[in-house]
Amino acid sequence: MHTNRRNFLKLSATAAVATAFGGLGLGCTPKAEAVDRAAAMDPKWSKQTTSICCYCAVGCGLVVNTSLKTKRAVNVEGDPDHPINEGALCAKGASIWQLAENDRRPDSVLYRAPYANKFKKVSLAWALEKIAHNVKKARDENFTHLNSRGQAVNRCDTIASLGSAALDNEECWAYSTMLRSLGLVYVEHQARI
Amino acid sequence: MTNHWIDLKNSDCILIMGSNAAENHPISFKWVTKAQEKGATVIHVDPRFTRTSAKADMYAPIRSGADIAVLGGMIKYILDNDLIFKEYVLEYTNASFIVGDKYAFDNGIFSGYNRETRSYDLSQWAFAMDENGNPKKDPTLQDPRCVYQMLRKHYERYTLDNVEAISGMTRADIVKFYETYAATGKKDKAGTIMYAMGWTQHTVGVQNIRAMAIIQLLLGNIGIPGGGVNALRGEANVQGSTDHGLLYHILPGYLATPLAAHQSLAEYNKAFTPVSNDPMSANWWQNFPKYSASLLKSMWMDDDPAVSFNYLPKLDTAAASVYSWLNLFDKMDKGQFKGLFAWGMNPACSGANTHKTRQALTRLDWLVNVNIFPNETGSFWEGPGMDPSKIKTEVFFLPCSVSIEKEGSVSNSGRWMQWRYQGPDAPHGFKPDGDLMYELMHEIQALYKKEGGVYPEPILRFNLEGWATNGIFDPHKTAKLINGHFTRDVEIGGTVYKKGTQVPSFAMLQADGSTCSGNWLYCNSYTEQGNMAARRSLAQTPEQEKLGLFPNYTWCWPVNRRILYNRASVDPTGKPWNPELPLIQWDAITKKWVGDVPDGGWAPGERHPFIMTRFGFGQLYGPGRADGPLPEYYEPLECPVNSHPFSTTLHNPTAISYADEDKAVCDPRYPFVGTTYRVTEHWQTGLMTRNQEWLVEMEPQMFVEMSEELAALRGITNGEKVIVESVRGSVWAKAMVTKRFKPFDVQGTVIHQVGLPWHYGWTWPKDGGDSANILTPSVGDPNTGIPETKAFMVNVRKA
Ligand code: SF4
Repeated sequence: MHTNRRNFLKLSATAAVATAFGGLGLGCTPKAEAVDRAAAMDPKWSKQTTSICCYCAVGCGLVVNTSLKTKRAVNVEGDPDHPINEGALCAKGASIWQLAENDRRPDSVLYRAPYANKFKKVSLAWALEKIAHNVKKARDENFTHLNSRGQAVNRCDTIASLGSAALDNEECWAYSTMLRSLGLVYVEHQARI
Repeated sequence: MTNHWIDLKNSDCILIMGSNAAENHPISFKWVTKAQEKGATVIHVDPRFTRTSAKADMYAPIRSGADIAVLGGMIKYILDNDLIFKEYVLEYTNASFIVGDKYAFDNGIFSGYNRETRSYDLSQWAFAMDENGNPKKDPTLQDPRCVYQMLRKHYERYTLDNVEAISGMTRADIVKFYETYAATGKKDKAGTIMYAMGWTQHTVGVQNIRAMAIIQLLLGNIGIPGGGVNALRGEANVQGSTDHGLLYHILPGYLATPLAAHQSLAEYNKAFTPVSNDPMSANWWQNFPKYSASLLKSMWMDDDPAVSFNYLPKLDTAAASVYSWLNLFDKMDKGQFKGLFAWGMNPACSGANTHKTRQALTRLDWLVNVNIFPNETGSFWEGPGMDPSKIKTEVFFLPCSVSIEKEGSVSNSGRWMQWRYQGPDAPHGFKPDGDLMYELMHEIQALYKKEGGVYPEPILRFNLEGWATNGIFDPHKTAKLINGHFTRDVEIGGTVYKKGTQVPSFAMLQADGSTCSGNWLYCNSYTEQGNMAARRSLAQTPEQEKLGLFPNYTWCWPVNRRILYNRASVDPTGKPWNPELPLIQWDAITKKWVGDVPDGGWAPGERHPFIMTRFGFGQLYGPGRADGPLPEYYEPLECPVNSHPFSTTLHNPTAISYADEDKAVCDPRYPFVGTTYRVTEHWQTGLMTRNQEWLVEMEPQMFVEMSEELAALRGITNGEKVIVESVRGSVWAKAMVTKRFKPFDVQGTVIHQVGLPWHYGWTWPKDGGDSANILTPSVGDPNTGIPETKAFMVNVRKA
């Protein structure tokens, strides 16, 4: 959703409040940089998209401002037009900007070899190829065509999957059907616990 | 939720039990507060005084795990004082059904119990049937075998004395609670329940909720605005992930996973397509064959569903004790699994009995961990007590985009499917999970194509390109496939639907492969009209506005119906029970319902309102559960007593547990009840929130909350480091000594309870502590397999 001028005025009123609260803790940490985020949120320099909070299932609406220059988020706040939260967010939702802009996110795919004592950086293509071989080996060497009663069950009892309620619907569905096509039956996730 | 967040404002009495909504679902309180401002009463029942209690009109403390005593007592109170909503109970519930001769109950055990298998023969609890194959009924409710009389008899034992003795709740609180809540049994009053893991994480989790559902049916509170049975779901898309079958026992759309006994699609369909001989019963699941065929088609587009059914893996049994979480880890610990995907999940902190879970991971050949931050699961091999040089497991850590960096939808607790747009690009070229899935599956397909392999058809013929455009995962295309389209030209009721057009709603799905639909519940979400989940119109009729229904904002399953079972909100002639707050109304002139999307368009009185049940009635008596047709009181598997007043059966006789794992029952080494919970600033295992400075600054480390009395007993001062230990292990925590916990009087003995958040893990922050699940046992509910992490036994001592 791109925001038109009228909406933007409405949004910027809320943004002003959010900025007044200092984005909950900005300034509390010595690392905080003095960036003019209000200026960066001008529609000339940023785009506005709507999203939904990634934490609890109240499903609060968000407005995300992304810098057109860096393609990174400059602000995330409650969507004033969302009928459930009407612009409000709790402490977690109000911190989503820091989830994305976070130097604790690793910068590469990581691989730990058997018995190794550390991870090493690898490419995604290398990892996916190796995972695919692992899947095929575990599946093909142990595939259960028939159960102990001689009934056809066509399943893979040696690979399990856990996750995830943190995925989007389209991903959940894709993952769920993909795992079944591989023959997995040990498929579980957060809803079980 | 049968209802939705905004609808809370329509309630007259909001019971929050098994939840701390103000802290864990904070924005829900916007709507709880709106109800309160209009005069509603808010009741909080919880072991600990929280911010929810502070906002409530009434707070009643209860010992963790004693809920069925209190709720059973409320059922008795409602029946003894004849506070039921009579017309509703008679017309819409199975109160008048006659229970068959084989049903019996004695001393905590129902008929059909097998001591060896620790399970019941459910057929013993069936209804008595008449000559037409329908349940026998007694509309006078006098027959001693009718459900209404059975309820009276079953809950006879749930006296105020007994409830008070075991729950630790005071008699004054119990009576006030019952009086206040039971007052919603009037036509124009609505009571609702907000519960969360405080009810589900018990060995009687399902029966906790069943007990409340019985209360809601007796009071006529289901299907109405401001009512319902509302599970507050804890993850942004745990509703959607469940809808799409990321669980061993269900495929997308709650279609049961096939069993070995089902050797053909016809056999499978027959097993899960219920039959009702009552023309008034919609018996919605009679459509099962349409949904199964459409799902198979969406997965294997080029095959006849009867053929592709063979591609689906089959289970040996549907029992939670065999395939669900706890047993998955038990089998992993015994070496059954070569590989594990931990995709968007941190089981090394979230599963019960953490030490066992982490040990089990060492038995794997390989582990794929997809997540935003490194975590205790992907890094288990270098965790506390691990020697990497002895651990063979190969680990792949794949970083992924965060939610604001990708496009797709999530379904909230109120079943609203809400579209999210991509804002920023992910750093370092990271990709959304969907892209990683697509690329991995593409790689696997290519490998089978190149090398061949065992039973390759399900993989090679899988409709992978149905998710992608130009070799890239496409959330829109996938969402359209989940909705489904016609696979050939089909004529329905005089209208021809061309091949390739989106199916408008699940009523048009077919059993012959002429439609595909990845999930029938989502059929209607992405139609020829477009992406319904992306709608942002706040337009409403005045009636809808009064309720806050917002039918044009996003989309909600099924078919945009905002409140489930809404035909129960009107009398059999179609008039709303509460004319002040009509949810649906029959327009006699247009012969149509107005308001919410009704549970089926039939005219008033043509169908019983509980359309998803076989006979069409709300189930006071529920013969389908693993542990009994009526909720019964049992102690948690770890408990501070060796008897309770309701029977000599101490524990749920069907609970999942492992005989070789000790449990603390009345064990002086572990004298205190323990429970786990969350804080506002952190989320689940804390993986996402512990890595954020702002949130860590607010809640930096593990703590254990205890009463002033317990602190005095153990000589502990507020803020000092203490050790909390159970049969399974120990954790350190900062002592938080408060007035929010008070000792309970249980059968004349003083029982202390303590609570710990389960947000921490050894990876980060440094000195933040470790998972509270180190303390929790591998025991679970027999229906769901959910572990009992809300009531267990611990000791607390100075470090
Ligand atoms: S902002 Fe808070 S209340 Fe709203 S969805 Fe996110 S976590 Fe839940």
